[in-house]
Amino acid sequence: MPLSTQSQGDDEQYVLVACSDNARNLSNILKAISFKDHAIFTATPNGLRVTVEDSKCLQANAFIQADIFQEFTIREDSVTFQINLTVLLDCLNIFGGSALPGISTVLRMCYKGYGYPLTLFLEEGGVVTVCKINTQEPEEPVDFEFCSTNVTNKVILQSEGLKEAFSELDLTSEVLQITMSPSQPYFRLSTFGNSGNAHYDYSKDSDMMELFQCTKTQTNRYKMSLLKPSTKALALSCKVSVRTDNRGFLSLQYLVRNDDGQICFVEYYCCPDEDVEEE
Amino acid sequence: MKFRGKIVDVACLNHFSRVVTTISKLTKMCVLRLTPDNLFFVLSGKVGNGGVSMWCELSQANFFDEYQMEGVSSEDNEICLEVTPENISRALKTVQNAKAVKVKLTKKHCPCLTVIAELPTLSSINRVVTHDVPVDVIPQRLWHEFKEPDMPDFDVSIYLPPLKTMKNVVDRMKNLSNFLVIEANLNGEMNLKIETDLVSVTTHFKDLGNPPWGDDASQDAGPSQSRDPDTMAEARVDIRRLQQFLMGQQVTPSRAMCNIVHQRVLHLILLHEDVSLQYFIPAVA
Repeated sequence: MPLSTQSQGDDEQYVLVACSDNARNLSNILKAISFKDHAIFTATPNGLRVTVEDSKCLQANAFIQADIFQEFTIREDSVTFQINLTVLLDCLNIFGGSALPGISTVLRMCYKGYGYPLTLFLEEGGVVTVCKINTQEPEEPVDFEFCSTNVTNKVILQSEGLKEAFSELDLTSEVLQITMSPSQPYFRLSTFGNSGNAHYDYSKDSDMMELFQCTKTQTNRYKMSLLKPSTKALALSCKVSVRTDNRGFLSLQYLVRNDDGQICFVEYYCCPDEDVEEE
Repeated sequence: MKFRGKIVDVACLNHFSRVVTTISKLTKMCVLRLTPDNLFFVLSGKVGNGGVSMWCELSQANFFDEYQMEGVSSEDNEICLEVTPENISRALKTVQNAKAVKVKLTKKHCPCLTVIAELPTLSSINRVVTHDVPVDVIPQRLWHEFKEPDMPDFDVSIYLPPLKTMKNVVDRMKNLSNFLVIEANLNGEMNLKIETDLVSVTTHFKDLGNPPWGDDASQDAGPSQSRDPDTMAEARVDIRRLQQFLMGQQVTPSRAMCNIVHQRVLHLILLHEDVSLQYFIPAVA
C-alpha cells in the first residue's frame, strides 16, 4: 500500500510533501476558513498559508507552520495552487475525523507541481485511502494593505468572551457595528435588527480583556453576512485580537491550539460597510 | 386470518424493536409476511425504489413467548401485509419498558397491527397503551412477488470491514459523488472508489477474508472456483442506496458480507444469530 511501501525515491518527483500523524491538525484549522469552495494554497519553507475570499471584501488566511507537520519538504521557494476546499475537507475526514484519543488518521500530502493534482494518502487502522484532488489556476489574492503601523485600535480578548456575543448575534441585523474607544463604551458590538437594537459592551478592565490599546474613538459597520463565517474560527480559538486601522478595515486574528497543543493562526480581514456614519 | 403474538422478555422486545427500526431506515413501505415459524420483511425490486430489494428473516420463536397465527387457508398458511415499518418502530419504541407487549392483527376502521403494551405501575391499577398501526392486507394472487430471492451466481464473495468504518467512508464519498464503484477480489481485498471532475478517491481494505461457500451456494462451481484471486469484480451503485443500508445498522451483526456479480448487482448480507438481512443493490452503467 502506498503509505508503507513508498520509498524515499518517490518523493523526489514531488515539489511539496507534507506529513502529519494526525490529519485533524490540518482539517480543523481549514474548517475555520471554509466559507467558500475555492482556497489558494501557498507553501513556503515556513509552512502553508491557505486563503479564502468572498466578494473581494473578506479574506481569511490560515497559517499552518511547517513544524505542525512531522515532515515538510518543499523543493521550490514557493508553491501556489488553488483547490476546492470543501472537497479537501471531505477527503481529510474520509474516516470520519474521529476525535477519540488513540485513533487518528495519518496523512501524507504530495504535490508534483503545476497542472498536477494534490495527492493525499490517508491511513487509519490499516485502511488506506488515496485521494487525487484536481488543482486549479491560482487567483491573485486581494492585498488588504492592512499594516500594523496604521492600526488605530486594538484589543485582545479571550475567545470565551466573544463566543457568547457571537452566538447570540441578531442575524436580522444587516450589519455588525464595532465601536472601539479609549473612553466609554471602550469596546462595543451593536446590531440593529427587526426586534430592536442590541449592544454588547466589554469594559477595558474585564477579565476577558487581555490587552486594550485604543487611541481614538472609531465606529465602523461590517456586513453581518461577511462576518458570520468568522464564527467558525472563533469557536476553535482560545484568543482573538481585534484591530481596526485608520481606514476602518477590520482584522481579526485567532489563535488556535490543535490536539497536540501546537499553535496556529487564522486571520480574517473585512472591509467596512460603505455608508459609515462617523460619530 | 388470525395473528397474535406476545413478547414478555425485555431483551427480546428491545431486539425486535431494533430490527424494525433498521428496516424502517431502509424503506418506507415493505411487506410483512407471517408464517407459523417466521416473520419476513420483504421489499421487492421495483423501479420506484431504485430497483433495491430486501429480505429480512426472523425466527418467531426467538422473539415471541406466545405466537399464534392462522393464514388465509390451511394450504397457504401465511399472512401478507403491507406495512410502514417506521410506524411499527415508533409504536415499539414508546413501550420499551413494558411488562408485556402483544401484537395482534385487528380489524378496526381498517386492518391494523395493534400493539398493546402493559406498562409497569406503582399502584395496583394497570396501565395499558394501545397503538393501532394501519396495514394493507395483500391478496394471495400477489404473493408470488414476495418470495425469497435466489442467491445470485456471484463472481466474488467477501466479508465486509467494520460497518462503522465503511459508513464513515461512504458518507464522505456521498458528499463528493452520486455513484460509487465497489470492487473486490478473492484475495480478501475490497476497494471503494469515486471519480468526479474535481477529485478521485479510492479506499483500500485488505485482509477481509472470503467466505467459504459450500458447493450448494455456487451452483455451477464455475467462475468463482477457477477465478484468478487478484481479479476484481466490480459494481457501480447509487451511493444513497449503500448509505441507507449502512445508516440503518442498529443491530451489530455477527457476520457481514457482500457478494458481487460483476457489473450486475451488489448483494449485502448481515447475519445475527436469529436475524438475517439481505439487501440487493442493482449496478448502474
